[in-house]
Amino acid sequence: MTLELNGQPSNDIPAELSGTQQFRSDGPTSAATSQDVLLSVQDLHVWFELKRWGFLNAGHVRAVDGVSFDLHHGEAIGIVGESGCGKTTLMKTILGLYQPVQGNVKFDSQDLSELTTRDMQTYRSKVGYVQQDPYGALPPFMTVERILSEPMIVSGIKNRSVQSQRIHDVLTEVKMTPVDDFLTKFPHMLSGGQQQRIVIARAMILKPQLIVADEPVSMLDASVRVEILRLLQKLQASHNLSVIYITHDLSTVRYFSDRIFVMYAGKLIERADVNALLRTPLHPYTQALLAATPDPDYRNALTHKELPPGEPPSLVNPPEGCRFHPRCPKRIEGLCEVEVPPDFEPVPNHYTACWLLR
Amino acid sequence: MTEKETLLSIEDLRLYFRTTQGIVQAVDSVDLKLGVNEAMVILGESGCGKTSLSRAVLRLLPNNVDTYSGSIYLEGENTMEMADEAFRRQIRWFKMSLVPQAAMNALNPVLKVGDQVAEPLIVHHRAEKEDARNQAAWMFEKVGVPVDFLDRYAFELSGGMRQRVALAMALITLPPLVFLDEPTSALDVLTQANIFNVLKEIKQELAVSFILITHDIATSSELADRVAVMYAGQIVEVNTARSFFTDPLHPYAKLLMASVPKLKVEQEPTFITGQPPSLINPPSGCRFADRCPSAFDRCSEEPPVFLVDGQQVRCWLYRAKGVRA
Repeated sequence: MTLELNGQPSNDIPAELSGTQQFRSDGPTSAATSQDVLLSVQDLHVWFELKRWGFLNAGHVRAVDGVSFDLHHGEAIGIVGESGCGKTTLMKTILGLYQPVQGNVKFDSQDLSELTTRDMQTYRSKVGYVQQDPYGALPPFMTVERILSEPMIVSGIKNRSVQSQRIHDVLTEVKMTPVDDFLTKFPHMLSGGQQQRIVIARAMILKPQLIVADEPVSMLDASVRVEILRLLQKLQASHNLSVIYITHDLSTVRYFSDRIFVMYAGKLIERADVNALLRTPLHPYTQALLAATPDPDYRNALTHKELPPGEPPSLVNPPEGCRFHPRCPKRIEGLCEVEVPPDFEPVPNHYTACWLLR
Repeated sequence: MTEKETLLSIEDLRLYFRTTQGIVQAVDSVDLKLGVNEAMVILGESGCGKTSLSRAVLRLLPNNVDTYSGSIYLEGENTMEMADEAFRRQIRWFKMSLVPQAAMNALNPVLKVGDQVAEPLIVHHRAEKEDARNQAAWMFEKVGVPVDFLDRYAFELSGGMRQRVALAMALITLPPLVFLDEPTSALDVLTQANIFNVLKEIKQELAVSFILITHDIATSSELADRVAVMYAGQIVEVNTARSFFTDPLHPYAKLLMASVPKLKVEQEPTFITGQPPSLINPPSGCRFADRCPSAFDRCSEEPPVFLVDGQQVRCWLYRAKGVRA
């Protein structure tokens, strides 16, 4: 089987989709506080078409398959999931880089798919993006000053003194001081932590309302990670930013987010406040993730961990019913492999898509 | 040292590289001992020389080596005195093998994974192809890869499965010592935990010793019997896992432990200010002194190794409590 993709997701809605999936609202929170919502994602499906063989349709990779959530002003959410679960696709759709096949992303009540090219540019200036690998994200032939002025040139801030003032402010904010020492440096002259600060500074330079951070610390050393997370935390508080923090590492999420969403095979399977999710995880997959994340303790070496067998499913032919059921130790025969579990709310504001909680 | 029999003993190992900027002291007078069936973790930040240390022991050297000296006793024999060819024939893959960094991408894409795992047996042990394949099948079972994967190619396997195959390849000749260089850093949490389960089982069943090189403190505790902390080319602390993970000795190790975000305990992590020194002209005296919260005037002198309750620490703070090694 070939898994080669046509770079962009397909725009026409495939036949399998129409009618089969039902829209599900985000529960009571979305209606009650719609004033406060900055970003609203509703029933989002992003599918990629597999390379066709002649006229045959080879099927789709259902990278994001029915995701809904609301993000409020000044709120930080963490999206946790394993590689290939669709978290990066979700993020890129929010950034407007991919077009959904169904559902929509609304920013300030504006549907992204309805924006003109010009409005899209304005939208992009309101959303900052912090990449995973700082070294790969910074152009090696540009100085720090050039890297930071680029977004301003693109978005029409042409006044040189305004530019240099902003660069100065933002570099001070990410603690790259004395600023003048760093302006003429190239990315390779900086350490990993400093490079990541420049990436953050670049995301902040247009004064965005939303920051999307894709594994911002996974490439950094342990001793620097906390420093970068603290910095993001501080920026979030001082600018009342909304932040989407995407990671596979549960242990860093708790220092950063208000709510955690757990993603598995293209769906959000559990959504809750950080402490609720970490103390009383409801979905068996979340429980397994928590059990598998070690704290440094010598006793770890003495015990064998009970883990769900197997690996996440293929997103081309995901399992029927609950997508976790082939690996789930608590599956209910005759139900989990037949019907897709809807979101249940066993505890207020703690949603989980698992039949155990019906 | 525990009562365990010594398998590997490294004394005053140095590995310096020539670069256009000067000599890089990647590994600087390292002393280490490893027991039979023991798992040692070498912890350190990127660029501290931990990979160079494993390369030095396995003699997998690049061509800009400036100094390569010291002694490495493996089962009592000094391998540093061996000629390259003898080392290749008698040590590599017989006595020591390596699971390299990003091993999952190190597999040959045009060979079936079964043939690849069997290859060391055919080359080093001159085994018959049939026997080698059978042995590979047995090893696949041990590391948790379905036996019918023998005839697959690397691209048909997931990352976790490829990592297991790389592990099977390193273990196929049943060497007493296996180096694991960041074996799970590119893998997901659940896959990572599964691989460590496999490593624990193998350590018990096959009585192998492991040297695990990593920067991930939390997962390293899954395997460690003892922990060595490396900073700027030097080993600054060697401790048992039990006392290291509860109460490390060296100030750097203390800060490193405090910087680990913890999931189950309420504790705010901290970070270490500053950066490790350049290895081209490392500072005289203690290399951590610039960043150390408890530095004092004595730290401008090179600290010797002190023994505190049998554990090694390279820090002047222990001059009263410990004895000089």
